[in-house]
Amino acid sequence: MEKVVGILALQGDFKEHFDILAKLGVGAIPVRLPEDLAQIDRLIIPGGESTTIGKLLVTSKLLQPIRERILAGMPVWGTCAGAILLARRVIGGIRGQMHIGAMDITARRNAFGRQLDSFEANVAMKKAAETPIPAIFIRAPVFERPGKDVEILARLPDERIVAARQKNILVTAFHPELAGSTQLHRYFLNS
Amino acid sequence: MARDTRAATATFAVKSGLARMLKGGVIMDVVTAEHAKIAEEAGAVAVMALERVPADIRKEGGVARMSDPNLIRRIMKAVTIPVMAKVRIGHFVEAQILEAIGADYIDESEVLTPADEEFHIDKRRFNVPFVCGCRDLGEALRRVSEGAAMLRTKGEAGTGNVVEAVRQARAVYRQLDALAAMNAKQLRGKAKEYRAPLELVKKVARAGMLPVVNFSAGGIATPADAALMMQLGVEGIFVGSGIFKSENPRKRAKAIVEATTHFDNPDVIAKVSEGLGEPMKGIELSTLTQEERLAHRGI
Repeated sequence: MEKVVGILALQGDFKEHFDILAKLGVGAIPVRLPEDLAQIDRLIIPGGESTTIGKLLVTSKLLQPIRERILAGMPVWGTCAGAILLARRVIGGIRGQMHIGAMDITARRNAFGRQLDSFEANVAMKKAAETPIPAIFIRAPVFERPGKDVEILARLPDERIVAARQKNILVTAFHPELAGSTQLHRYFLNS
Repeated sequence: MARDTRAATATFAVKSGLARMLKGGVIMDVVTAEHAKIAEEAGAVAVMALERVPADIRKEGGVARMSDPNLIRRIMKAVTIPVMAKVRIGHFVEAQILEAIGADYIDESEVLTPADEEFHIDKRRFNVPFVCGCRDLGEALRRVSEGAAMLRTKGEAGTGNVVEAVRQARAVYRQLDALAAMNAKQLRGKAKEYRAPLELVKKVARAGMLPVVNFSAGGIATPADAALMMQLGVEGIFVGSGIFKSENPRKRAKAIVEATTHFDNPDVIAKVSEGLGEPMKGIELSTLTQEERLAHRGI
């Protein structure tokens, strides 16, 4: 059976994810309302502003249904803001920051500083890619305190964690979708 | 290369990348740290820190300049979302100041009194990214060639009247469509007419889209206004006076955020449009003289 990919399309760079999937010949549907969720088998949560997307998840009545689907095993991948939304613990968030909180990891928001500290680098990814992939970090988070069954997929040279996986949940602190590389999307689709 | 954590900062991808993260969102003008917090709580993707919203700049007159850096710092401290701030067109020292205090984006804005009648800022010399206003494709491409990493149509700021925003968005997208259909000779003519580099004109014609994100600004006062602009093709919304000059800023801000996300869903827009109280009063544009219009500044 064909697997249907959904991309959370409340706010952020969801179009860039659609474009990369199109390069791979894979169609996807935008997820904005609970009925969209019923049609999909896996979900990408894009970059954007995590505080904004968190609020829109609540007003769009998607927060709890997405959490339940993930707990039931639906593969999900969060890039940057999407990763913050998936983390169980968030440092540097706003009061009452809404998040899905499905993955046993801590996300530290704006870990590198402000926009002037945003950067691009090539990141070596365990399992997902044989050669380092181009990665763009925009006011990016890093991950800390991974739970026991969390696998670390990428670290910066200073050891900070920027990609990790716990069973069906994949998080990257950076944006492969901005760099035009398809490798991580292929990895996610095959997982 | 793979070993270098910070291989490159302030590249075009990094500068235009933040704008990509703001897409589908609402950027709100705020004049105090308290306003900034209200905006963040309402779901703003970023705030524009300034001393006076455009409606007050209009009313009070005089020279409008960059805000006190201390106000911008206080707002940066108050919120976790990106903070933008405005400089006068061509005033590169005001831009140097904003870069020094670490603002996340600079708006080289016609809402302030222009400092240079001939040149805009050479934005490529800065590490902080810039957003610039445009009324048509020519202005858009000139600003991109100067290094703008984000665009916004200008609208007519501080009027609460969406008509100029509509006119300009239609102009930009109509001209983009026309450009995509042109042959090499016609493109050379357009580059001349637009006073933009031919290479850029060709690239945009091939892609059929702008190389940077384009938001709408100037005159958006209601959730329906925001959704209208999104349906016309812009990628996000700036709201200046429309929120804090209305009766219930918290509720209106939240409603505009939701309408921007669900811009093609009338049921949602109808729901969030209910009971918002009075919008800002607004100005019929025919009552403004040419001098009172801001959009013609810095073309």
